[in-house]
Amino acid sequence: MILHPAVIALLTGSLIVSLMIAYAAFWAYKIIDAWDLQSGSEQQLALEKKTYLVSTLMTYAFGFQVLSFFLLVFVADDLHRLFVGAMCAAGTLNVNEYGYPAVVLKVLNCLLGGVWLVLNHTDNQASDYPLIRRKYSLLLVIVPFLLFETGQLWSYFLNLKAHVITSCCGSLFSTEEEGFAAGLAALPAVPMQVLFFGSMALVMGSGIFFLGGGSGGKIFGVAGTLAFPVSVAALISFISVCFYELPTHHCPFCILQREYHYVGYLIYVTLLGGGISGAGAWALMSFRSVPSLKAVVPRIQKRLAWAGLVFYAVLSGVVILKMIFSDFVLIGY
Amino acid sequence: MSLHERHRNIIDFALSSLGRRWKKNLALTVVYAFVVFTLASVVFFTEAVKSEARAVLRGAPEIVVQRLMAGRHDLIPESHIDVLRKITGTRQVQGRLWGYYFEPSTGANYTVVASGEPPLEPGTIAIGQGVARTLNAGEGDLIPLKGSKGDYASFEVVRVFSHESELVSSDLIEMHADDLRAFFGVPEDYFTDITLKVRNEKELVVVADKIRRLLPDTRPILRDEILRTYDSLFDWRSGLLLVIFAGAVAAFVIFAWDKATSLSMEERREMGVLKAVGWETSEVIAMKSWEGIIISLAAFFGGTVLAYVHVFFSSAFIFEPVLKGWAVLYPRFQLVPQIDPYQVLALFFLTVVPYTVATVIPTWSAATVDPDSIMRL
Repeated sequence: MILHPAVIALLTGSLIVSLMIAYAAFWAYKIIDAWDLQSGSEQQLALEKKTYLVSTLMTYAFGFQVLSFFLLVFVADDLHRLFVGAMCAAGTLNVNEYGYPAVVLKVLNCLLGGVWLVLNHTDNQASDYPLIRRKYSLLLVIVPFLLFETGQLWSYFLNLKAHVITSCCGSLFSTEEEGFAAGLAALPAVPMQVLFFGSMALVMGSGIFFLGGGSGGKIFGVAGTLAFPVSVAALISFISVCFYELPTHHCPFCILQREYHYVGYLIYVTLLGGGISGAGAWALMSFRSVPSLKAVVPRIQKRLAWAGLVFYAVLSGVVILKMIFSDFVLIGY
Repeated sequence: MSLHERHRNIIDFALSSLGRRWKKNLALTVVYAFVVFTLASVVFFTEAVKSEARAVLRGAPEIVVQRLMAGRHDLIPESHIDVLRKITGTRQVQGRLWGYYFEPSTGANYTVVASGEPPLEPGTIAIGQGVARTLNAGEGDLIPLKGSKGDYASFEVVRVFSHESELVSSDLIEMHADDLRAFFGVPEDYFTDITLKVRNEKELVVVADKIRRLLPDTRPILRDEILRTYDSLFDWRSGLLLVIFAGAVAAFVIFAWDKATSLSMEERREMGVLKAVGWETSEVIAMKSWEGIIISLAAFFGGTVLAYVHVFFSSAFIFEPVLKGWAVLYPRFQLVPQIDPYQVLALFFLTVVPYTVATVIPTWSAATVDPDSIMRL
């Protein structure tokens, strides 16, 4: 194990977040089991009070989760010096088999946590808590993912030993390699550009249509959600390449470094924000017919649509500006 | 009322509430800031020393070849240089002469090196600031040094290295190569070690491997390996200190939890009144959360700024001996001020996160209390 201050911070943070979510899940289970809004029993009153605790815990836990994602990428980037052959976070994460699963799970849990907060916020707007069982069931789904992530993160750092020979990001994301990450890099640039800008156009179009007329929310939700994986694939396939101006370098982490003016953080934040807005809007679709939420859901969905439009517009803007003002032209394959 | 406006009003109330109990909150903030200060000093100092080491080693040769005899570092024959020159891709293969000299009168160890280009005149030396301090010597002075045969030889100081280079030159004595050989008794066709540069950095490992095979009695040391070792060492030292301070953080968290749990009667009544006049539970929780955030921000900012001053303007006088190691003759140097965002984020996770978690449940239990049961007390 490497006793780096930020590693200690990450391990402590992940343990704390897991404890918070596990405690919240314990009460979620109790609420699902015994919730009865009609009853005035002492138990029901106690459960109603507990909903505030679960909301508060989840809000903090989700906030910490997003920050810890950035800290993890930062740390992985900083630690690359300790490993022969690693040139950035991509190489560090590849030192053992737990690195990449930990990052992927962290992103997934950020998305799930965001969607949960959207559901919770919507539910709290109605006096009869119509989504209470559904949202706490989702919480129970999130818990195993989060505990698994904590397990992967601890395994990753506990099994890190300096000087281990590891492949650098150049070989990991190069097009000759087999494997998941290399598979994304091998996606041809031009079709990927079409897919990326197509999905952005779909998000924008459906979002504006939805904001204008109030219908087409589902299309925006689906488009906004699917734009997330498409953008991640595009990031590895051609967006990162444009920033490095090097056709063989597909690493999604080097853009976080100072040389690229930390533009990676803007890309990651807009991606996460856009993904959560889209998935949140989609998740709310099936609750439009709930009587107490009839006025609430469209309002929240519109806010999510605004947020999604802004996030994805900034993302597209950053990519387009880079492509226009760079001397580098990526064509041919 | 918009969300923004509502929270602004809640923050207003939280600030006035903090002001009403300023003594208690000030005490908490001071202790909190002290915890942040301690951890931040360790993190800042380590990172600054690491980047200093990186800057120093940037100009170092890519590979150093040392000869081993029975597992110990031994003098290396000149004939090895010819073998190394024949390896494809190498350039500037040079023998180095250096050694350590213990000065009994000051109890310090000096590093003696043969001068490079242009060489010093025989009988003259150049010394570092640390050597000048301990021997109380300056340019033009004669310094007697005891050679390997027990006789004293006097050297004239012709130059004292600048303060700027003190980190690398503090304990240095530079002299002519012939003087060094005579002083330490190093045979004519031997060197202390051999340095070499490699044209293509990507071939370093291949060249090192060739050296190992061609000269099995030697060990090649890569510059990157030295850097890695420094990084690991300082990470380990700072991590160890943080683990020791974990006890202090835990004590602080318990203190914060205790403060949040044991609300005074006045505070309880205040919450009861708020709820009785129509505040919702979520608003009371938001108000208490804002109080926590304000305290956290004040303490975190204060502690970080203090640590910055401590590390970069007063040379981290509190932790210096533990983190740097200790020696009679130590370079005096000012670290270059720098902070990475990730250091701040790591500190956030080590201090603000545990504090927040410790206060969540007490805050909730205080905010969900029934107003009538409070006001009847």
